[in-house]
This record gives sequence, C-alpha cells and structure tokens, in this order.
Amino acid sequence: MRATASVLLAIASVVLLSGSAEDKRLSIYSTIANYSLPVVERNKMDYVGLLEVLEPLGSVSGRVNGEHWRLRYNNAEAEFTANKRGARARNTNFDLSGNFILEGGRGLVPLLDLSGLLARILGGPITFNPSARRLFVGSVAVHFTAQVSGATTPKLIMNFSAPVNPTIATEPGKLRMTFTHDPVVASGSPKLTFNSPLITSANFIESNGEAEVVITTTVPVLASFSNNGSTITVEPSSVAMAATPAQTLPLPAVVPASPPPPERAASPVVASAPPVPAALPYFAVVDAGHGGDERGAALTEQIAEKDVTLTFARLLRQELNSRGLRTLLVRDGDTTLTLDQRATTTNSAAPAIYLSVHAASQGTGVRLYTALPASGGENIGPFLDWDTAQAPFEALSDAAATSVAAALHGKQFPVRTLTAPLRPLNNITTAALAIEITPPAGDASRLNSAAYQQPIAAAVAAGVADARDRLQAGRR
Amino acid sequence: MIPRQLILGAVVMIMLALGMGFYAWRMRGGASQPEPASTQPVAPPVLGPTEAVTLYVAYDEGALLRAQPARIPLPAGRQERAEELLRALLNIYLDKTSPHLLGPGSEIRDVYLVDPGLAVIDLNAAFADGHRSGVLVEELTVASLVQTLAANIPGITRAKILVDGKDRDTLAGHLDLTNFYDVAAFSQLSLQLQSER
Repeated sequence: MRATASVLLAIASVVLLSGSAEDKRLSIYSTIANYSLPVVERNKMDYVGLLEVLEPLGSVSGRVNGEHWRLRYNNAEAEFTANKRGARARNTNFDLSGNFILEGGRGLVPLLDLSGLLARILGGPITFNPSARRLFVGSVAVHFTAQVSGATTPKLIMNFSAPVNPTIATEPGKLRMTFTHDPVVASGSPKLTFNSPLITSANFIESNGEAEVVITTTVPVLASFSNNGSTITVEPSSVAMAATPAQTLPLPAVVPASPPPPERAASPVVASAPPVPAALPYFAVVDAGHGGDERGAALTEQIAEKDVTLTFARLLRQELNSRGLRTLLVRDGDTTLTLDQRATTTNSAAPAIYLSVHAASQGTGVRLYTALPASGGENIGPFLDWDTAQAPFEALSDAAATSVAAALHGKQFPVRTLTAPLRPLNNITTAALAIEITPPAGDASRLNSAAYQQPIAAAVAAGVADARDRLQAGRR
Repeated sequence: MIPRQLILGAVVMIMLALGMGFYAWRMRGGASQPEPASTQPVAPPVLGPTEAVTLYVAYDEGALLRAQPARIPLPAGRQERAEELLRALLNIYLDKTSPHLLGPGSEIRDVYLVDPGLAVIDLNAAFADGHRSGVLVEELTVASLVQTLAANIPGITRAKILVDGKDRDTLAGHLDLTNFYDVAAFSQLSLQLQSER
C-alpha cells in the first residue's frame, strides 16, 4: 500500500514538474509588430486567445451574446459559438478542429486553426510552423547566409536580410544566438558544416516560439555586430588565438578589418581611416553596462539603460576602429554578464584602456568616472588584490579622463569628471574609465538615438586617440 | 399596581442601556476613521541642548553636494550621535521639499561604530529598492551619508553600507556596496561633488 502510494506520488511529481518546466509560447511576426503570446491547453489541445493575437495588428473588439462570441477586426467580422466547432468569418462558414472555448469573455481557438483563421480575417498570406509555434503574417521572414572565410584566422560571417538582435550566450564549444523577436528562418539545410578546424558547424533550431543558431567551435569565440545589426561575425577570441600553437595556426602580420557598414562608409573619418590590424592585441575594450536580465535604469517607460549602452558601445567601437584603435566589445548582444566576468574578459585581453558605458535620465552632458580607491587590499607577490587592482593605473586613468574630457569640451559637450566606487573599475589592470551619457535637454526619449550618440562617441574616441601614446606606454 | 421600586429600576436599566449604546456607537465611529499611517521614519525623541553640525546634503539640481550647517539635539553616546546625524539628514530627504528624493519608507536602521575607525551604516530594504538608478544619483546619496558622518564624528576612516543587515552588490544598479569605503577618498569625492565642474 505504502509502495503504491510512493509510486503514485513520484508519477504525480514527474507530471507536475514536466508541466511547469516550460510555458508554451506562440510567436507572431508581422510588418506591424513581432510579439509572443502564451498558449494554453484545453481538452488536450493547444489553444490561444484570438483577441490577444489580433490586438497588436489592428483595431479589434469581442462581444459576448449568450453562447455566441462576435469578433470585429477592422472591417471584418467573425462569429463563434461556445463549445461548438462551427464558425463564420467574412460571411463564410467553416469548422474548427476543436470546440471554440469562451472563458470569462475571452475567446480561445485551437492553435492548429490559427493559420486558416487569420488568413480569413486578415486576408493575406500566413505561414505557420506549428511544431515551433512560429507564425508569419505576410512576407516578413528574415533569411541568412553563413560562410567561413580566412583559413588562418577563420571568421564565420552571417549576413541577415534585415537587422537582428539575438541574445548571445557562450558555453564550452558552443555559441548560441537566440532570436526571440526576430522572424529568422533557415534558407536551406538547418545544419551547415564548415571546412574549418576552429568553427565547425552552425545548426538552426526552432522551438517554442523561438529560433536558435548554435555554432559549434573548438576554441572560445566572440560575436560582433556590424552593418547596423544585419551582419554577425563570429571569430576566435584573441586569447584563444594566442593560445593556439603557431605552427598549426600562423598569425598573419596584418589582416584587413571587416569593411565598415555602408552608411558609415560615407563618413570622411571612416573613409580616411587606416585598416585595423586584426592580429594585434586590442587597444580598447568597451563594456556596455548591464544587459540580459539586468536592465539597468529605466530611462523612460520604453527605454532601458542596457539598450542605450549597447548602441553607444557599438558606435564607440566603430569610432575607435576608424582611428586604428582595435576594439573589443565585452558584450555585443543582450547578454547577462557579472561584473567579475567583465573584469576578467578585459584583463585577459590586456588592452591599453577599458571604457565602461552607462546612461542616466537625470542631468546633462557626459560624466566621466575613474575608480574611487577602495579601502584595504594587499598584493601578495605577483598577485594583485582584486579590489585594488586598479591602484597602479590610477594616474593613467586620470590622464585618459583628462584627454577625453578635453575632446568633449572641444565639441561643446558639458562634461564632468568624478571618481566613483563603480565596479568593475577597481578590478581592471589598465587605464579604466566609465562614461555616463545623459539626455539632450532632459529628453530621455532621445538618449537611444544614434544622431545624439554619434558625436559623443566620436569625441570620446578622439580623446582616447589623443592619449594613445601615453596609454600605449602604460599598458602591461 | 406596579411597585414604585420596579419602575425606578426599569428606568435606570433603560438609561444605562442607552448610555452604553451611545458609547459603543462613538467607539465604532472612531475605529472606522483611523489616523493616516505615517511613512516618515520614527526616531526616538532626543532631549537636551542642540549642537551645531554640518550636514552634507545632495541636490539633484546641478547634481551637487552642499555643506549645510544645522543645529540638532544630539545624545552623548558616539554611536547614538552618528544615528541622529543620519536621521536628521534623512528627514531632509523625506521632506516634501526634498532637494534629493528618496523612495518612500527609506530608513537608516542602525549605525555601528567599530574600532578602529569603521562606520557601518545599515539601510532598510526600502531605501535601496526605492532608490533611483544612475551612477551620479546613487553616488550623491552615498557621499552625503558618508561625508556627514566623517565631518561630525571624529576618527572615522572607513565606511561600509549594509542593506537590512546584509551585504548588497549595489545601491540601485551602479554604486558598489560590496567594498569598504576609504573615507579620505570620499572626502576628496565630496569636494568634487561640491563643484559643478
């Protein structure tokens, strides 16, 4: 009896746990909005709320009349009856694959019927992948190509037909790009194999309203965005390349940098810029503050600090690269990183300067911060105390701050230089500076605009370039 | 014929019942209109003469820290004086005309002075959870607390901030709370924060 009860309890636990492991989601992509909705299970079938599906696409209303539910979307009408399969849309009768369900004024339709139902109501082509629960309204799919170039320093270049913004995560031997709100689809075979010993394959997977590209590698890699987010380049990190034996992977003296994005090519600064030697150590590491689960400050109801810092960090990288200062982004996507991970990545890359990017909704202009010396800490032999690792580089950081402040002043940007107990500045073993940008004339909604950020990024890069010799002399 | 004593007894009983009813009605009326709950921190009243102190008050306008003379009653004990100083500062921030808004319910739970020279400031969770996020806005708050203590309590060389008695990574996403602050470095920072440049 007791054994039977234990078995039943175990089965119940497994059922409960498996049910709660992952909520089912449906993603809908359209020219108006890309969004994701919960899928509910009724009568052993997947259902979705029809009003919720249509609301982001246009003007929609639902009205309950006894057992009947009448839906109006723009000029189209549809009528359903609770616990019946028969329905009517645009004066045409049809049957659902399961009963229509009316719950608290909410109309639920079987997920499998959604494609046909939307085609009737919206009147356009609908593409639905039921196993992945991804639905495309119209021709909105984003296609991509992927190829590895360069035998000695291989780079996987992925070109997308529209800008994308995946979440990027790395684990040993893999780099995952998760596309939650991008209508990315595979153009051909879902698995691509490359003739490279370092970047071996890319696998496209779709499930639960998301698409994922998993890149298999044999060395640690970094991903970077260019071309306004339409190109993602995956390449071995400098640390990985340095660790690779020279006889198996000789480094070229100079590798031309990837071409600048088309819209920047017109800029005289970029056009006159020398190519950045890719095999040299990074001169600068730019760290977009926050990211992933950590949103930073809510600058407006819509704008999170993590997005502003990423946009600015990418612009700053362009500006630094265009001045011949090879630059690494600590995060180049919506990734969660701890402060220790940021410091470790930076210290491993051994750059001449580290630039941390923040944004605030209060105040005006740009604020520059160097580390406020922490109390205590003791270095033991060659090992630096983690919390005071910045101490030997304080003068170098001050020099960089002075140079950047002068460049910002020169461009008429209000600038204030302060010290701050702001991690990971104190853990960085090179010149380290944090930049906090604030909105123009108190209008936080313009903080994320490239037009506002671009001249600030250019001035910061000019200030770093002015201090190049001093920074180069002071690097480890 | 009803006995006279019985009539008198009945009248007394009716008057008593009416009186009790009126009393109960007043009590219910009072209970249904409670005093609005105060969100201000409750500090024990300090008696005695006032003393001249300098509070370092953060101003959002211009993002400045200003040294502000004040007279407040202070107890004799060093630790209690430290607590009173920070409570006086907090009263400024929680006032309607606050120059530097803090979240409702913000409180200084305790200040501990540990020899040699360490001040531990324990904030409540509402203080940190309701704080605005940003490097400078957080820095103004922390500098205001640390510099007010350092300027008025001799011998403080290091400071540490806890939230609800525990370590916390940052105040509101930026300012580091994991480390011990060097008060001399904070005094330099306070000078920087008193200038707009």
